[in-house]
Amino acid sequence: MASEAHAETPALREQFDTEEQQKDASTLGMWIFLITEIMFFGGMFLAYIVYRGANPLVFAVASSSLNVYIGAANTVVLLCSSFTMVLAVRGAQLGQRQTIVLFLILTLILGGVFLGVKAYEWNEKFQEHHVPGPAFHFEGLPPELQGRAQLFFSLYFAMTGLHALHMVIGVGILSLLIWQARKGTYSAAYMTPVDVSGLYWHFVDIIWIFLFPLLYLIDRHLGK
Amino acid sequence: MGELRLLPEQASTIAPEVDHLLYFLLVVSVFFTVAIFGAIFYFAVRYRRRSEQELPNPVHGGLTLEILWSVIPFGLTMVMFTWGASIYFTEARPPGDALSLYVVGKQWMWKLEHLEGQREINELHVPLGRAVKLTMTSEDVIHSFFIPAFRIKQDVLPGKYSTIWFKPTKPGRYHLFCAEYCGARHSGMIGWIHVMEPQEYQNWLTGGAAEGTLASSGEKLFEGLACNNCHHADSSGRCPTLVGLFGKTVQLAGGGMVKADEAYIRESILQPQAKVVAGFQPIMPTFQGLVTEEDVLRLVEYIKSLGAKAAPEGTPTPGGVPAPKR
Amino acid sequence: MITAAVQEREHYLNASYGIKSWLLTKDHKRIGLLYLATITFFFFLGGAFATLIRVELLTPQGDLVSSETYNKLFTMHGVAMVFFFLIPAIPATLGNFFLPMMIGARDLAFPRINLLSWYLLVLGGLLSLYAMLAGGVDTGWTFYTPYSTSYSNTWVIATALGIFVAGFSSILTGLNFIVTVHRMRAPGMTWFRLPLFVWSTYATSVIQVLGTPVLAVTIILLFCERVFHLGIFDPTRGGDPVLFQHLFWFYSHPAVYIMVLPAMGVISELVSVYSRKPVFGYHFVAFASVAIAVLGFLVWGHHLFVSTQSLYAGLVFSFLSYFVAIPSAIKVFNWTATLYKGSISYATPMLYAFGFIGLFTIGGLTGLFVAALGFDVHVTDTYFVVAHFHYIMVGGTIMAYLGGLHYWWPKMTGRMYPEGWAKLSALVIFLGFNLTFFPQFVLGYLGMPRRYHVYPPEFQVLHVLSTAGASVLAVGYVIPMIYFIWSLRYGKVAGANPWNATGLEWQTASPPPAHNFDQSPVVTHEAYDYSTVLGEVEVG
Repeated sequence: MASEAHAETPALREQFDTEEQQKDASTLGMWIFLITEIMFFGGMFLAYIVYRGANPLVFAVASSSLNVYIGAANTVVLLCSSFTMVLAVRGAQLGQRQTIVLFLILTLILGGVFLGVKAYEWNEKFQEHHVPGPAFHFEGLPPELQGRAQLFFSLYFAMTGLHALHMVIGVGILSLLIWQARKGTYSAAYMTPVDVSGLYWHFVDIIWIFLFPLLYLIDRHLGK
Repeated sequence: MGELRLLPEQASTIAPEVDHLLYFLLVVSVFFTVAIFGAIFYFAVRYRRRSEQELPNPVHGGLTLEILWSVIPFGLTMVMFTWGASIYFTEARPPGDALSLYVVGKQWMWKLEHLEGQREINELHVPLGRAVKLTMTSEDVIHSFFIPAFRIKQDVLPGKYSTIWFKPTKPGRYHLFCAEYCGARHSGMIGWIHVMEPQEYQNWLTGGAAEGTLASSGEKLFEGLACNNCHHADSSGRCPTLVGLFGKTVQLAGGGMVKADEAYIRESILQPQAKVVAGFQPIMPTFQGLVTEEDVLRLVEYIKSLGAKAAPEGTPTPGGVPAPKR
Repeated sequence: MITAAVQEREHYLNASYGIKSWLLTKDHKRIGLLYLATITFFFFLGGAFATLIRVELLTPQGDLVSSETYNKLFTMHGVAMVFFFLIPAIPATLGNFFLPMMIGARDLAFPRINLLSWYLLVLGGLLSLYAMLAGGVDTGWTFYTPYSTSYSNTWVIATALGIFVAGFSSILTGLNFIVTVHRMRAPGMTWFRLPLFVWSTYATSVIQVLGTPVLAVTIILLFCERVFHLGIFDPTRGGDPVLFQHLFWFYSHPAVYIMVLPAMGVISELVSVYSRKPVFGYHFVAFASVAIAVLGFLVWGHHLFVSTQSLYAGLVFSFLSYFVAIPSAIKVFNWTATLYKGSISYATPMLYAFGFIGLFTIGGLTGLFVAALGFDVHVTDTYFVVAHFHYIMVGGTIMAYLGGLHYWWPKMTGRMYPEGWAKLSALVIFLGFNLTFFPQFVLGYLGMPRRYHVYPPEFQVLHVLSTAGASVLAVGYVIPMIYFIWSLRYGKVAGANPWNATGLEWQTASPPPAHNFDQSPVVTHEAYDYSTVLGEVEVG
């Protein structure tokens, strides 16, 4: 180290001395950011677990109204998108511009499919009056338990909504990466943005891996 | 301007306990404050800089000192912890013979109800030397029931019962405050606690224009809402009998048990299907919106009064519907 | 050095000119100054609200403002002071400016993110300011449900969004600092050669990164409840308002350490420099910061002793709260021991350090009071608690912040502040502060609840004392504001190292060049080795 200030390039910003230092810093930064994300979703998971514990039956009934097949299909879509993301990062490591672009586009498409399916699911909820608010109604539950059912759907919308927001941000990041990758910004020597975006994408994927069983699968038999 | 006091009046059995803890905390704090201020002042004067180029010998630390000034304060704090916790446990456990009262907080008043049927707003009369237990709930936001002279405070939540107790030791009039911010007129949600000699309290009770006891108005409500159509005094109704229920442990449909306390009865009136008794159908409608928190308290008190006595036979009423006997 | 020389030499202030060169700067020093301007604005805004509150409380009746206005005043005082002054105060200004310099780096790891953090704070501040101007908010800075979700008719959403956005500023600053400390240290700058300010700022960053997201999600849920009628904290739908309190304090208790840990770091620097001795028990003080950061996350429940939390939860939280006392006590004792056989200067920053240690001792000791379960039941939600946390936040954080600002002012601007005026204002602040807040301990124990617009007349004497103190305090805060601005032009030119301090930030010119160091530093000594800056040894 101990070198003096140098001209700035994306591969080596002026505050860093070596490319390795810059890459380490970016990766560490993303990991720390993901820790903040864990705390962020953690607060909601906690609320969900507390309320699920307090109202096991209502939550089971409400949760069994969710379409588990759509949820499972979306899980598969997201897992595939993580796979294509890995291939994109691999392409970046090998410095293959075409490979990066191809797999980033595939990831983007799969992300879009997930969001589309999610939108379809939410639309269903609107039609079934399962959206919390004055018009809320859940068939098969007595009036005084409607509130607790709303609690489930409040958490459902808060959790899937924030997850979807993260997906939308991810789609934005992917689009930027694709644009830059096409320009040839990334090479085997400089691929940190692809790498750390990959971390982010996998993280959002993992959040869904927790959301799916929590919201769709637990105690499904009780709800029948 | 009022007089300047440094300590509030001591008017309950808890008050001197809290004050004694205060004295202990003060002694410890004054000791450390004086020691630290004194040391800083002494060092600052004794070792003041005498020349600009002065360079004192570096001292890097001492393990013995570090251990000493960690362990000794820790020991002291554990005394504070234990002392504070023991008072907290006393505060949390009302004596068995405590007089029961009910409190409903709403923006921005306190409604207080005696078992004998007296209702008060922002005033509470209690007898001297008798433990009093308050069961409290709120109609809207969170409030907090605070009597400085008794050194007690408890938040009052919507949708939940909380309790607090005290035993007054000095006759007089004491402030009642709402201590949890509750909106525009939060500082107007205040009142007075009147501690009276027992005889005087009896006179006050009988002198009031109460329309029957809390339990009896609960009974009227019970009949008015036609609860007695299903809840019979014996096991002949479609719903479980409420006689002797209070304080028992109830088997629930779908497994699990629950103690039939105030909170459970309240929940069963407002959300009857949340915890259904084993062997019964979930047919009871909700009374949410039909009854106020005060009505619920009356019903709870009525059901409690049924628990105190053995279950006699139900007698037919003129309408032909068997009513539970008190 | 003559004035002309200062103006000729290129440094971070004259490296480029124009509004754009400031608004698009990536230089951590300039961003530090942007933060300084922002938080100063919010400090005086919050101070103005406080002034109105204190004037209103002169009499038991509500005669100056209506109850609705009073409730808005204390809410906006809390919001402005906590989220837009105290939390960014030391980390985002002094930390931003000096953390990279102290570890010998040219900048933070992510300068663009650093600038973004400032914009986020400004955006959050503008949102909250908009809410204040549009009609204000009256929920208290704690936003307790269901009042905030279903009952308040004020600008809760805009304020909450402002805090949410400012939260991201805090998270990104913390993230930036952590990565910087891990990856950007100069050669030879090992962890145990770091100045203690870096240690405490690092510990603070850990709290910011772990705690703030929980506040963010809590605010989102609050927002969804008000806007989309979700019912997560709504008791009429089976939600639990106490869950909100748990989530809120899970962040907001550690947030107290976000405010006070960097202050402790500043004090470690000051005590060492002005007694010319290494901080006594360096390792203990360093680890105490980390211990406070960790333990700080385990004690939030002590805000809920009367909130119908279970008896045993109360027991555990009270027990753990006492553990926080130990690292805090260790720091106070070590600072005091550092003075022993030192060469103690009475420069203004040292006066602030003395003030901090004294007031923090009182604030910390009264923390032991409120951690005792049975005692807290009586004093919680009274002025006792108000006095306690003002001793920590104003007596602690603001004293250290002002101390640090005086200490580093010559480095930041190249000019000295006027010593006489500075000493006077330090004294005025100390006296005014105690007169303001000490009577509030008595008030609280007497039973005066907080957030009361009108109050029983027997509390008036103490309220009048408190208001008298507040007016002294206000004067004390205005004086530095004036002479700092004055000194920018007329202050004595400061050399590179006016205090004979050892930190790397003093080994470069004042004001520093745009890249901090003309030659990248290499560290060969532990922190606080004064024989490196003072050639001749003369034992005092």
